[in-house]
Amino acid sequence: MKNSFFGKLTFWKVTAIIILIIAAYAVIVRFTYGLGAVTNLKDEFPWGLWIGFDILCGVGLAAGGFTLCGIVYIFNIKSFKPIVRPAVLTAFLGYLLVIAALLIDLGRPYRIWHAIIMWNPRSVMFEVAWCVMLYTTVLALEFSPAVLEKLRWKFPLKIIKSITIPLVILGVLLSTLHQSSLGSVYLIVPSKLYAFWYSPLLPVFFFLSALTIGFAMVIIESYLSSRAFNRQLELPLLIRLGQVMPVLLLVQLVIKIIDFANRGIFNLLFIPRTETYLFYFEILLAIIIPMLMLFNKKIRHSRAGLFYASLIAVLGFILNRMNVSITGMEAGSGTSYTPHWMEFFITLGIVTLGFIAFSYAVKYLNVFEKSSEQVVAESSVVNLAKQLGLQVDK
Amino acid sequence: MGKKAILIDITKCVGCQQCAIACKEENNLPDIEETKLSATAYTVVEERGDHYVRRLCMHCNEPTCVSVCPVGAFDKTPEGAIIYNENKCIGCRYCMMACPFQVPRYEWNSTTPRVQKCRMCIERIQTGDIPACVQACETGASQFGDYYQMLQQAHQAIKNEPDKYVNHIYGEKEVGGTSVLYISDVPFEKLGFKTNLGTMPLPDLTWEALSKIPSVVLVGGTLLYGIWWITNRRKEVAEFERKIKEQEKESKED
Ligand code: SF4
Ligand code: SF4
Ligand code: SF4
Repeated sequence: MKNSFFGKLTFWKVTAIIILIIAAYAVIVRFTYGLGAVTNLKDEFPWGLWIGFDILCGVGLAAGGFTLCGIVYIFNIKSFKPIVRPAVLTAFLGYLLVIAALLIDLGRPYRIWHAIIMWNPRSVMFEVAWCVMLYTTVLALEFSPAVLEKLRWKFPLKIIKSITIPLVILGVLLSTLHQSSLGSVYLIVPSKLYAFWYSPLLPVFFFLSALTIGFAMVIIESYLSSRAFNRQLELPLLIRLGQVMPVLLLVQLVIKIIDFANRGIFNLLFIPRTETYLFYFEILLAIIIPMLMLFNKKIRHSRAGLFYASLIAVLGFILNRMNVSITGMEAGSGTSYTPHWMEFFITLGIVTLGFIAFSYAVKYLNVFEKSSEQVVAESSVVNLAKQLGLQVDK
Repeated sequence: MGKKAILIDITKCVGCQQCAIACKEENNLPDIEETKLSATAYTVVEERGDHYVRRLCMHCNEPTCVSVCPVGAFDKTPEGAIIYNENKCIGCRYCMMACPFQVPRYEWNSTTPRVQKCRMCIERIQTGDIPACVQACETGASQFGDYYQMLQQAHQAIKNEPDKYVNHIYGEKEVGGTSVLYISDVPFEKLGFKTNLGTMPLPDLTWEALSKIPSVVLVGGTLLYGIWWITNRRKEVAEFERKIKEQEKESKED
């Protein structure tokens, strides 16, 4: 038993190191020879994997932070409190990594501060930039008690705790704006984005799907960590999340149907082309399958059922973001795009960094509440971090 | 100065490339022949069957690139020229992604990359001169002048020879109109022009969403605060009732 775990441990450790070395090499090449040397981006297709996955999916998957804060502090459902901190930490690190990806993707990253002083309120990108800046600050403040407790700085801790509610409200508002504005970014390309995905309701779809995936991420994290630490999962809590999810999915499905009817594009569903297949695949994974699974009481009340439904929903979510940002844009741009291997490795490297950062935070800070008889649902990330060979104490 | 326009008559273009060569000279771009727009070719003459189509920035009336740039690196001059300011640009490439005509090009292999595109020879036209490419055109396929005069001229040409020209001035209405206008003897979609762009300026689409932000913040903020107030109040009330009960118990025991 011990041996096999140790074997796994070295394997993950080695993998992580290899990924980081290759990614570091790619980053060096990118900053010595320009974007052209490490990406397959081109004039007709200027946004690729980094925008589609690192940024669109990264921000979406960090949605667990604001949904849980809202549940616990605004709706005052305190039973979810034990998992707020890991969710906020995941979101905070997620946003830091999104910023890291942005710094690599921007042609002139050292000018990122321009967005602070050179305003263009008519630009969605301007809104996105401000949301990233402000919400990352809010997340840092929301997470700061964990650091302040460790340092035993009583006074700042008191201040932060006293402004919790305004902070949470601000966080939820900024998240709402940010999630939806990522959809608004694509409102400007009606002739490029294929009709399945281009819709005046893009911001609404982006917000609703992020909200849903916030719940799914919490379920996944809890499930994996409970397995890794052999702890009893607080099932009733997760079942409650699992009750909300299919309703949100149904709402999305209904809006999607109304949207299709409004735009009169049902006939496109019968045209045999790549986009059609991708769309069916996406709808099945992102909406139909998880919705049907979670409406089923038996599945919803089992740990594995909740987990697999959420996992499928997350995969569908990622497929949706990739369709909007890449596959749905190819035909309209009159070109095709496959990421360069160095683009892949930089993305992989960023994700790996996230795991490592999380494990260190867990090691040195009070991320998980230790005392309670209440079972603490720890994050899957800890599990992976453990496998990366990093000490995680409980 | 007034609004200016470039009128391109596709029937008169013979594909001599003089405009492309003149543009390169004017803008100090490397003297190599290019077939596609690039960071070093602001205009090219593309072969489309037995026709030649010169491509360049359309200098939109309501330019998408100006509206999407987060740092306002694009400006529209009173002449209608859309000018890029490399000192502001952060390199997000949203302008390239959003331009309906796929015009802006990027210096992909530079560590200080710039966006590049036609500048309507702004320095020349502000001193009363005409763009270098138009000056180089020997057949009259490219012309330059007052916007309304050019538009009028295009209409006149179609009216004079309705059998020759298709009844469509490309750029008159597309995405709210552009300062580069085309007339042709074959339908534009056959020449590779995008004819599905509609007449609505694209910036209106994003403004539709952006203009809702204040109400989202206001309504959302109030709503969240309201929910918090109610749930918190409930908790307080519950706590209070519990205390009262405890007190009652105590007093009974006494
Ligand atoms: S054609 Fe493109 S680059 Fe030129 S002004 Fe219009 S939107 Fe801007
Ligand atoms: S690439 Fe530069 S000019 Fe284009 S939108 Fe971004 S900051 Fe503006
Ligand atoms: S107007 Fe000037 S910059 Fe534009 S294509 Fe003509 S010569 Fe080149």
